[in-house]
Amino acid sequence: MTMKRTEETMREEGRSGDREHRPNTRTTEVAGRSSGGVKSAEPVVTVENLSMYYGSFKALQDVNMRIDRNSVTALIGPSGCGKSTFIRSINRMHEIVPKARVEGKVILDGEDVYAPDVDPVRVRRKVGMVFQKPNPFPTMSIYDNVLAGIKLGGKRKKGELDEVVERTLRQAALWDEVKDKLKQGGTSLSGGQQQRLCIARTLAIEPEVILMDEPASALDPVSTQKIEDAMEDLKERYTVVIVTHNMQQAARISDYTGFFFIENMGDPGRLWEFDETSKMFSNPNRKETEDYVTGRFG
Amino acid sequence: MSSIHGNPSGYGRRKLMDRVMTTLAYLCAAAAIIPLTWIIVYVVIKGLGAWDAEFFTGLPQLFGDGGGVRNGIVGTLVIVGLATLMGVPIGVMAGIYLAEYGNNRFGTVVRFLADTMTGIPSIVVGIFAFGLIVVNTGGFSAFAGSVALALLMIPVITRTTEEIIRLVPDSIREASLGLGVSRWKTILRVVVPTALSGIVTGVLLAVARVAGETAPLILTILGTNFPISANIFDGPSTTLSLQIYQLGAQPSPEVVEVAWGAAMLLVLIVLGTSILARVIFRGQSVRGR
Amino acid sequence: MGFFKGLRRGHTTDTVFAGVALLFGLFIVLIMGGIIYQLWLQSSVARQEFGWGVLTSSEYNPGAEEYGALSFIYGTLVTAALAILIAGPIGVGIAAYLVEIAPERVNRVLGFIVELLAAVPSIVYGLWGFFALAPFLRDYVVPPLQGVLGWTPLFSGTFFGATVFTASIVLAIMILPTVAAVSRDVLRAVPRDQREGMLALGATRWETFQRAVLPYAMNGVLGAVILGLGRAAGETMAVTFIIGNKPELFTSLFAQGATLASQIAGQFPEAGGVTLSFLILLGLILFVITILINICARLVVRLVSRVPKGGVRA
Repeated sequence: MTMKRTEETMREEGRSGDREHRPNTRTTEVAGRSSGGVKSAEPVVTVENLSMYYGSFKALQDVNMRIDRNSVTALIGPSGCGKSTFIRSINRMHEIVPKARVEGKVILDGEDVYAPDVDPVRVRRKVGMVFQKPNPFPTMSIYDNVLAGIKLGGKRKKGELDEVVERTLRQAALWDEVKDKLKQGGTSLSGGQQQRLCIARTLAIEPEVILMDEPASALDPVSTQKIEDAMEDLKERYTVVIVTHNMQQAARISDYTGFFFIENMGDPGRLWEFDETSKMFSNPNRKETEDYVTGRFG
Repeated sequence: MSSIHGNPSGYGRRKLMDRVMTTLAYLCAAAAIIPLTWIIVYVVIKGLGAWDAEFFTGLPQLFGDGGGVRNGIVGTLVIVGLATLMGVPIGVMAGIYLAEYGNNRFGTVVRFLADTMTGIPSIVVGIFAFGLIVVNTGGFSAFAGSVALALLMIPVITRTTEEIIRLVPDSIREASLGLGVSRWKTILRVVVPTALSGIVTGVLLAVARVAGETAPLILTILGTNFPISANIFDGPSTTLSLQIYQLGAQPSPEVVEVAWGAAMLLVLIVLGTSILARVIFRGQSVRGR
Repeated sequence: MGFFKGLRRGHTTDTVFAGVALLFGLFIVLIMGGIIYQLWLQSSVARQEFGWGVLTSSEYNPGAEEYGALSFIYGTLVTAALAILIAGPIGVGIAAYLVEIAPERVNRVLGFIVELLAAVPSIVYGLWGFFALAPFLRDYVVPPLQGVLGWTPLFSGTFFGATVFTASIVLAIMILPTVAAVSRDVLRAVPRDQREGMLALGATRWETFQRAVLPYAMNGVLGAVILGLGRAAGETMAVTFIIGNKPELFTSLFAQGATLASQIAGQFPEAGGVTLSFLILLGLILFVITILINICARLVVRLVSRVPKGGVRA
């Protein structure tokens, strides 16, 4: 019942060109709010009725979301309610887990990511990912770590590669710290530096969307600050979807916020509320959202 | 804006490479199955013809119809049985030592030596048993052979026992110690029974391994075509494995056929024991894990 | 010393039990010492008679009192090297299939088959190699091989069933389980985040394996291959049955040869006096070779645990 209405709401909004849609919201009269820091209204990813299963276990149910180009979307919610699972479904990274399967659609630039003739390898080229734990390749130098993705595509000129390394390391706010030791191993860096190296590595393949799975959860405040600073600039060129447990972080860096929640133990996770960040943190439509963002549970 | 459909330049070659390497991996997997199937089918085809009443009750005849391998069957049971009697207690106790008392420099040395021993060729272990027992007692004997086999079993049993006992959660030990039960009773009455199915599996795999051993037996029991000596400490003995070697090299096809029959029986025993070991372990696993 | 520390506390029986356990640990050390002592003792006649020259002489003719070990060492190293040349890539391929491709069910079945392959007795491999594989090679493999490569010394001459070539192939099959099982464990230990990192950059499965998994696991895979080499060098019965037992510095793989182990097993029943002592000297040489290979493998595998884990630096 609720589901159906959400779909309708979404289609309606799609027609009217409204920037955000509101799955599962009880009140519908929120159109016409200020657009905040949002610069574009073009969707780069549209998720329709997405459900995810691990074997017979349903991890996620009926998620609908529209992700605008050059926006930062933060996904928040208690542990284990499907946030990481959800972003993995956008670039099909969940497929490396045996028996994981998806229902519904993920539309990337107008193309269904799950269409039978789509190769996940091609999807991941357009939708990059930064993981919770920094995972540079230990046998590669810093330089080669940045280029790991680019080199898959074949030979390039040395000058061109040098340029990519410098540009992406600058974007990831790491260049000044490593410019004199590019030939050193990628794991010689501190945890925060490693994570920024992983961001640079992802930027180097020039994806349209960057998924970040709690990229700062294991890092010190200084590193976290640097990553947040970098994110501010990234928005100019990329679309970022970030899972975070840090409410302040979500409030600081994102344009939109999605709240994932499981009402009863054993239920699949749902996108409980999705809206502009300012609205989510000041005047959310649902009580659970308010409880969560104000720190009453989670 | 590039599409996720179709193959942009360069990607076709990458995809092809992926396919080729995946196919190669499948072929490698097949390469493991082919020889095993070939060997088992061949042994059964060749060996089945040799299995008659005389095969189990007679003695090898180097002329005529080849006879049977009664002495080898008895010898295998006696020698492997003796080896198990000697090897299991030593191997299990050494394993308990490593798991429960072995977190020190001496334990590291023992562990390293046990690992290294598993890599020593069995024929070298045969030379040791030859020098230690055959030379000193003045003759070949079933006992010398079983000592050699026991020595081959010990490091295998020691390492598997250690690994299995280490899997027993500390909470189980602490629960028992907390009730005031002494450490040795805790180990023997709580830890070892918890790990028992794993230990039995390790023992069975070690038994299966040595039951097929031949090289060290050439140096210790010599082999015979007559009934094995009733005195395990004196006189040549034989086993199925040794008979395969000695009868299989004979010119007469009838004798070689008996060797095939012995091979089939030995494969049955060895693979049967290995499978049994697996079944026991899968059936029970380490409790409490 | 460290190992008495655990013995001091607690009840008397605890101390006794710990002492007994320690004795059994000591037993392992004693066995190792005993093996070395016996090899040394029993080979003393040959060592005194021939000195170090035995290692460099390839002349072996007991009737003429000529005892050289070189052709046996040569045979051992060449067959083991050939075997690992075949089994190394295939074994790693099996491991890669098991870890990266095979679904859970197939994984278990194939893992079991590999284990069974390891359980087949050496002598049965010998019998099969002599009566089944050798004729097959003679009829179907050697003619085309000689057609293409017959001009090289490696593949020249007439192929009689029992040859270095046949022995090496049987050895390869026998060490396949070792290489496959150890590499599988090593590949399985590569953290998932390494694979994810490469996949997320748009790598194919092969590229992920080649560029992220394999470099990470390289030391361990190398260790697996060296362990296989050690096993091949010490393998006795199958080789004794198949290689032809002709002490010679062969050049063609289709020639007959002899290894240290095959010479001991083949000649032992008839040997006495100096010849017997010489055979045990061969055993001593074999012991040293396999121990060196094994220690080498274990050191390399141990290095694996020192590879940075790609996570936050400790």
